[in-house]
Amino acid sequence: MTRTLVGWLQAAPLALILLCFLAAPIVMIVIVSFWGATEYSIYPAFQFDNYEFLFGSEVVWRVFGATFRYAAITWALTLVIGFAVAYFLAFHVRSTTWQIALFLLCTIPFWTSNIIRMISWIPFLGRNGIANKTLIDWGLIDAPLEWLLYSDFSVILAFVHLYTLFMVVPIFNTMMRIDKSLIEAAYDGGASGLQTLWHVIIPLTKPGIMIGTIFVVTLVMGDFITVRFMSGSQRANVGRLISNDIGLLQYPSAAATAVVLLCTVLIMIAILLRFVNIRKEL
Amino acid sequence: MAKPKVGYTRRALLGSGAAALAASALPAPMLWAQDTKDITLRQFGTGVSNLNEVAQKVKEDLGFTLEMTALDSDSVTQRAATQPDSFDIADIEYWICKKVWPTGNLQAMDTSKIKNYDKIVGIFRDGKLTPTSEIAQGTAPHTVGFVDGPGSTTFATEETGWMTLIPTIYNADTLGIRPDLIGRPIKNWSELLNPEFKGKASILDISSIGIMDMAMVVESMGEHKYADKGNMTRDEIDLTIGIFTEAKKNGQFRAFWKSFDESVNLMASGEVVIQSMWSPAITAVKSRGIPCVYQPLEEGYRSWGGGIGLSKSLSGMELDAAYDYINWYLDGWVGGFLMRQGYYSAVPETSKNFMTADEWGYWFEGKPATGDITNPFGDVLASAGDTRDGGSFYDRMGAVACWNAVMDENQYMVRKWNEFIAA
Repeated sequence: MTRTLVGWLQAAPLALILLCFLAAPIVMIVIVSFWGATEYSIYPAFQFDNYEFLFGSEVVWRVFGATFRYAAITWALTLVIGFAVAYFLAFHVRSTTWQIALFLLCTIPFWTSNIIRMISWIPFLGRNGIANKTLIDWGLIDAPLEWLLYSDFSVILAFVHLYTLFMVVPIFNTMMRIDKSLIEAAYDGGASGLQTLWHVIIPLTKPGIMIGTIFVVTLVMGDFITVRFMSGSQRANVGRLISNDIGLLQYPSAAATAVVLLCTVLIMIAILLRFVNIRKEL
Repeated sequence: MAKPKVGYTRRALLGSGAAALAASALPAPMLWAQDTKDITLRQFGTGVSNLNEVAQKVKEDLGFTLEMTALDSDSVTQRAATQPDSFDIADIEYWICKKVWPTGNLQAMDTSKIKNYDKIVGIFRDGKLTPTSEIAQGTAPHTVGFVDGPGSTTFATEETGWMTLIPTIYNADTLGIRPDLIGRPIKNWSELLNPEFKGKASILDISSIGIMDMAMVVESMGEHKYADKGNMTRDEIDLTIGIFTEAKKNGQFRAFWKSFDESVNLMASGEVVIQSMWSPAITAVKSRGIPCVYQPLEEGYRSWGGGIGLSKSLSGMELDAAYDYINWYLDGWVGGFLMRQGYYSAVPETSKNFMTADEWGYWFEGKPATGDITNPFGDVLASAGDTRDGGSFYDRMGAVACWNAVMDENQYMVRKWNEFIAA
């Protein structure tokens, strides 16, 4: 057996799996996005109706805007929180045992379902919820704050809560690989704490930040259930547009929206990857 | 055609004693239990009447197995229209029937085989509750209830002896309110968009039903008078959804709900004080000790009805068993079971035999309860002196303004609805 043949054989299982379960479904979605739909069935066709409606509707444009806004705000908040947590774990906690223990502590909430963690905010933030009751008891407010629940605030709060760990893990991982002598060298060279952070740690952590960014951005862009529950269906993102279409049996229209969303996310990731070479990390 | 599926076995003969007992208890045309006990009928529908208690009772009374699958309305429609071999009995709403019947996946039922046919409420036969009633707008059940004969895919305008669906369950819906948080009488649908309830209103996010609630509100506001709320023109759809989009942007709605539980939680937590609601949801809120009223309104109710349809592929023994099931369904036990939850049965007089005089008085006649009224699951829903919201059967069903419907412009409406939700 030649070496090339062995190589091909070794690559074949993964290639086959990716072909069947990743490439083929996407191709299928692209095909269906050109089909037509009646009230309860879809029929093969090659028409641009779905895309025409998608790009022609002002609502769709606004929904895409809202999706980007959610992604950007969530990204910024998870980055700041995630970086701070990872920095604390990597540089302030000295013993490895404690590092592992505290790291595991961060993952405990993930032992329950994502949906439950999200829904448990609802009674807390509600009009007669714990947050409002406490604030009223303390005399800080006279009337319940309406914007706590079923608003952009609650949606972003849930996103940040759900996805910060996806930022913490890769950043912590990169920070642990930073050679401690580099930091000592920076101090010896007279750099202040902030200067060390800015000129040494952040540049070296970039691949981790980038991986975390990809996680958070793709998760938020593709989400529909968080937006649906936390906004009480009052807000929409692209995922909800797709799920509404599916609920109303408009599969071709849902497929077209999915294709546009997929392209958008792929372009965003391609741009991100121009800035940082994450292969160094893998 | 009626070929037994299995031979006579010793074990089956032992079981025939039980069957004889059931047969004498129920004077419906019975098949021999030896054969029927191996029959399985697959029923699917929209949750409301797909209750396990019914399947258990069928096994006890009729001997065969009823497999139930509950789905949401959209999935039910799709399945009935596209997978005729995946079910034997479709438990669907009349507006779904209007969509599905033309596909030819269901078979018409011979009313001469339906024992209680003559006792079925007029709404499902000539459309009139009483001889003087007016027929409401929308997809009224009788308009899609009959066809000219087996194999016909268009609806007949009068009773023909061939029924599309055998009515099983129906009710009149209105707005639910929290009287303790509103503190004044609510009399009109237009109150849903009253700025007084800004941030405290809700509507359901199921397009085919939501649009009807919207139409009731728009008409009540005096913005527009529809020729037929159940069949709007594109302009009317734009107008109706436009008014609600405006209200949404002004923050009128706290949330939209899609599932029953959501509507209960919104109401019980006080997030919402007025919203579109279904009658068992009101019951669920009340059973938590929170005041909640299914408010009768001057403009009337939005009504819905469901029925059982038979798959085209049913024949022979299974078809006979299905007719037995239908006759059993109308025989009263199910009716009593449903009426004690606040729904109505197609043949109320047989249900009466399965209810106490007090229950009958409370649920059907609108009389004050003389003792605790409990539902079939044992929860207390009302106590002595309480009367049902909206009164008697004739008061409630007589005040129906429109039926859930499917419009000619349905696809356009759906797109506009999706925009409303996303706006």
